[in-house]
Parts: sequence; C-alpha cells; structure tokens
Amino acid sequence: MQDDTGTAAIRARGLKKSFGDLEAVAGIDLDVPKGEIFAILGPNGAGKTTFMRLLATLASPDAGEAQVMGHDLASAPDAVRGAIAMTGQFASLDEDLTGRENLILLARLWGFRGRAARARADDLLSEFDLSDAAHRQVKDYSGGMRRRLDIAASLIVTPGVLFLDEPTTGLDPTARQKVWRLIRGLAGSGVTVLLTTQYLEEADQLARRIAVVDKGRKIAEGTSRELKSAVGSGFLHVALADPAGLDAATEVLETQLGHKVQRNAEDTRLSVMAETPEAATAAITALLAAGHEVADFALGSPSLEEVFFALTGTPPEDDA
Amino acid sequence: MTPVPRPPRPSAFSNALTFGWRAVLKFRHVPEQLFDLVMTPIMFTLLFTFVFGGALAGSTGDYLQFLLPGILVQTVIFNSVYSGMGLSTDLGKGLFDRFRSLPIWPLAPFAGLMVGDILRHLIAGLIILGIGLVLGCRPPAGLPGVIGAFVLLLAIGFGTGWAFLVLGLLIRTPMTVMTLGFTVLFPLVFASNIMVQPDTMPGWLRAFVDRNPVSHMTTAMRDLMAGTASAGTILLALALPVAMTLVLAPVVLWLYRRER
Ligand SMILES: Nc1ncnc2c1ncn2[C@@H]1O[C@H](COP(=O)(O)OP(=O)(O)O)[C@@H](O)[C@H]1O
Ligand SMILES: [Mg+2]
Repeated sequence: MQDDTGTAAIRARGLKKSFGDLEAVAGIDLDVPKGEIFAILGPNGAGKTTFMRLLATLASPDAGEAQVMGHDLASAPDAVRGAIAMTGQFASLDEDLTGRENLILLARLWGFRGRAARARADDLLSEFDLSDAAHRQVKDYSGGMRRRLDIAASLIVTPGVLFLDEPTTGLDPTARQKVWRLIRGLAGSGVTVLLTTQYLEEADQLARRIAVVDKGRKIAEGTSRELKSAVGSGFLHVALADPAGLDAATEVLETQLGHKVQRNAEDTRLSVMAETPEAATAAITALLAAGHEVADFALGSPSLEEVFFALTGTPPEDDA
Repeated sequence: MTPVPRPPRPSAFSNALTFGWRAVLKFRHVPEQLFDLVMTPIMFTLLFTFVFGGALAGSTGDYLQFLLPGILVQTVIFNSVYSGMGLSTDLGKGLFDRFRSLPIWPLAPFAGLMVGDILRHLIAGLIILGIGLVLGCRPPAGLPGVIGAFVLLLAIGFGTGWAFLVLGLLIRTPMTVMTLGFTVLFPLVFASNIMVQPDTMPGWLRAFVDRNPVSHMTTAMRDLMAGTASAGTILLALALPVAMTLVLAPVVLWLYRRER
C-alpha cells in the first residue's frame, strides 16, 4: 500500500515556522517509527498545531525538511497527502450534513464510487459506534460523537500516519475513554499515530514515546518512564494543616533538599524532588522541627506535570 | 480494523461534481437558507408595489412590471454576500483544512461552491419571479425574454460573487463579512434605478445613479423582459461581472491556495 522501505513514519529535521516575529515552531527534529503512538505534549500556544500542520502539508516550513512515510514534504506534498490523514483541533465536518453524508462525501473524494462509497461510510459508522446516528445532522451530535466521526472521516482510506490534534480536548471522561480505546485499536492495526495533547495523563496513557514541546522547541523526548527518571526518581509531596505556613515551609524544603519546590494550583500541596528516601525523611523532620503541622505526605515518582515543571520552570497551563 | 487501500485516483471533474453534490445536499437539509435569501426581496416587492406603486407609475401593475427585474438583480447581489459568509464559516470550522489535506484537485471545493451559488441564485430568482407572476406581472417578451433575463442574472450573480468570496477568504468572522458586504451594497443598490427612474433626483445623485453598474444591470434586465434589449445595454450590464471575474477570480484562487 504505502512505501514500506525504511522504518521511519516521520522524520523531521530543523522544522521552523514563524508568524511575523513569533517563532511558532523554532526548529524541531523528530523521528517517529512506524506503528507507534507518539505524543507531543505541551501547553497552549507551544506550537503543537503549527508543527502538525507543517507535517500535514497545510503550511510550508520556513526552514528545515521532513519526510512522512518516506515522502518529502517539499518535493512530494501530494504523495504525503496520499499517505496521511489529519483530524484537526476543531472538528472538520459539515455540520449541516448527516454523519453518513459527511463520510460518503469524503469517500467519493478519495475515489470510491456510488455503492462502494456508501458501503465504506456504513462500515466506518458501525466501527465507530455511530450507526444509530447515521442519518442525523452533525450539528445534533454530542461532542464525543463528533470527535468519533471526525476520526472516522480520517480513516476512509487507512492512512500510513494519522495526525490527531488534541483528540480529547473538551470531552467528558467517558467520551475520552472511548476515544482512547479507538486510538489504541488503530495503532494495534498498524497505523502510526502522532497526537498532540495538553493532558499529561493522555500522553502517559497512550503513547510509547513523548516529546515535550514549549515555545516552539522540543525540550525533552523519551518514554514516559525515561522522562520521569531524567527529572529525578523521587518526589516528596507534602500537605500542610495550616496553609498560612506554605511560604516558610517552601523555604525549609528547598534548603533541605536543594531543589525548587512546586505548588499545586490550589495552593494546598508542595512537591519537591528528593534524591533518596532518607533525604525525604530528613526534610519532613526539619519541617516538623520548624513548627509546621504536616497533614499528609507521600513519596512517589513525579507526575508528568512535575516533569514539565522541572524541564521548563513553569507549570503547564490548564486552559484549552 | 482491516486496512482499506486507496482506490484509483478520481479525476478533477469527479472531485468537482462531488462538491456540487454537497451544495445540493445543503439545500435539502437547510431549506430555510432560502427564506433568508427571498424574504427581503419579497418584502420590497410587496411594499413598493402597493405603497408607492400607484404614486410612482400610475398603477400598481405598471409599477410591478418596472420593479421586478431590478428586484431580481438586488436578490442575486445580496445573495452573493451569503456565499461569502458561508465560505468564511466553512474556513473557520476547519472543514477546508481537511479538504486541503486530501490528495484532490486543489480547486475542487471551490468549483462546488460556485455550483451551489448558481443554484441559489436560480432558485431565489424563480421564487421572486413566481411571486411577481402571481401579483400580475406579465413580461411582454414572454418566456424567451425571461430566459434571457435569467441567463444575464446568473452571470451577474457569478461575477459579483467573487468580491464576497474574497471577503470570505480574508475575514474570519462571518458576521463581519455580512456587515461589510451590506455596507458596500446598500448605497449601490438603493442609489440605482431599481426602485425609481432618476429623473427627479438632484443632479449629483443622478450622475451617480446613471453610472452605477447596478443601474446598467437593471436596465438590461428590464429591456430583456420587455423584448427591447440591445446588444449595447447587455454588454454594459455584463461589463462589471466580466471585469470582476477577470480580476478577482485569480485573487480568490490565490487566497484559497495560500496557507492560513
Ligand atoms: N495563523 C497564525 N497566525 C499568527 N499566529 C499564529 C497562527 N497560528 C498560530 N499562531 C501562533 O503560534 C503560536 C503557536 O500556536 P499553535 O501551534 O496553535 O500552538 P498549540 O497548538 O500548541 O496551542 C501561538 O502563539 C499562536 O498564537
Ligand atoms: Mg493547538
């Protein structure tokens, strides 16, 4: 079906894209092997969408080069388009048409004729659990149904690489689980998936490898485990009985452990890297000795949120 | 899921037809869009005919005969604003991003848009004509005259449409496309000979009305329906639509293919 020589589904070198003075993508290298789920993790405005649009031939890079399924972006954009599918951040469906009509439209554009186009649409509807809604206009779909249809619309022809830009942003937990199952199923059938997300948990759950992107640059890459261990093995989490003492406690912990302390958004918990369990115990002892009442503490591996903090010095923004 | 291979690549023409099919489906699903398109011209026809008709032309029947061709022009010109809005809406939704990432003839979505526009002009025009006939309008040139007038009408709609497609491609908010479009169109449509002959207007206004391309279009439509049209009037009416197509079509194509 596709060009199967070589193992890289995506190979990007020094891709750059600016909008005026703003470097949205400031030189990214990326290698994604075939058949993998790869996540690009970054806060809002990091350049994830722009990077994906470059790879999907929707925008052309100012510098750098990339091959997708062996086809070069610059010299063979049409071959790239034949080997990929993209589900953008915002639903790319015709709201006035029914779900089935949307799929038939795309099937015809790909070259399925008459009955074959209708059959392809019906197969996808049943695979994506949308048969009951086939004849309803998309504007009456729920967020989760829309997302599923949008992904189905990317699978008329099985792509070599599927780009998913924030596939679950704005979905409720049940709908999100459903989309996750779908993505895993796709990867199981051999499709390479490159997805972007602001949700640390999503990258952790789905992807074998993760690239962390901030301000247009890749600041780290690896498996979730590698990223965690690059940052440090252990994290001490402390909750104080009296939040008024947070500042003083921060100072104690930073002196004791020699690492910057991170506060959660609600200002109720402090997290800090601890090299060893002994160091963590000593830090708790010091806190108590300084007169702080510790409501709760735990020693665990860092969450990706903490990984992000350690890599960038700022927590990822949560707004979409 | 078993892998589905790619069928043979369809022709550019087949791609364009598929988009035309999309335009037809939209009519089926959103027939109320026609309501927006014909309500204003129907109101104008009724109000002007019955309120001013007697005073302006001696009788409401005579006035209707005078007004209807111009109302048709007004209808397609206002219609083309809606197609600019539709384009802006589609672009905002990311729908065209999907089209642009497909291995298809890059201009096929656009060809489909034009098919939809022509259909919309035709349907709206026929509805207005139908109402005119019911109210007693009888074009002296009969069916051939009406057909000729409708061909000209579609050419006018096709030509003016480019301007609003440019707006649709440039402006991200559909409402702004509409506001801007109507701001430009109101003076053009009202300072024309659609409602009244400019004889009683002040000189400066009459100078404008006489040069207004909308007046030329209206005159040619009237003459075609009356059976008195000359090649000169028709060419004058076509001048602007042709010029707009020649100048703006390349701009639209360029804007459309340009990355966003
Ligand atoms: N078409 C555009 N014109 C101007 N600036 C843009 C455009 N697209 C994106 N940007 C800017 O580029 C930066 C990266 O955007 P984006 O790639 O959408 O990030 P993300 O998807 O990670 O949220 C942002 O600051 C955004 O405002
Ligand atoms: Mg984005």
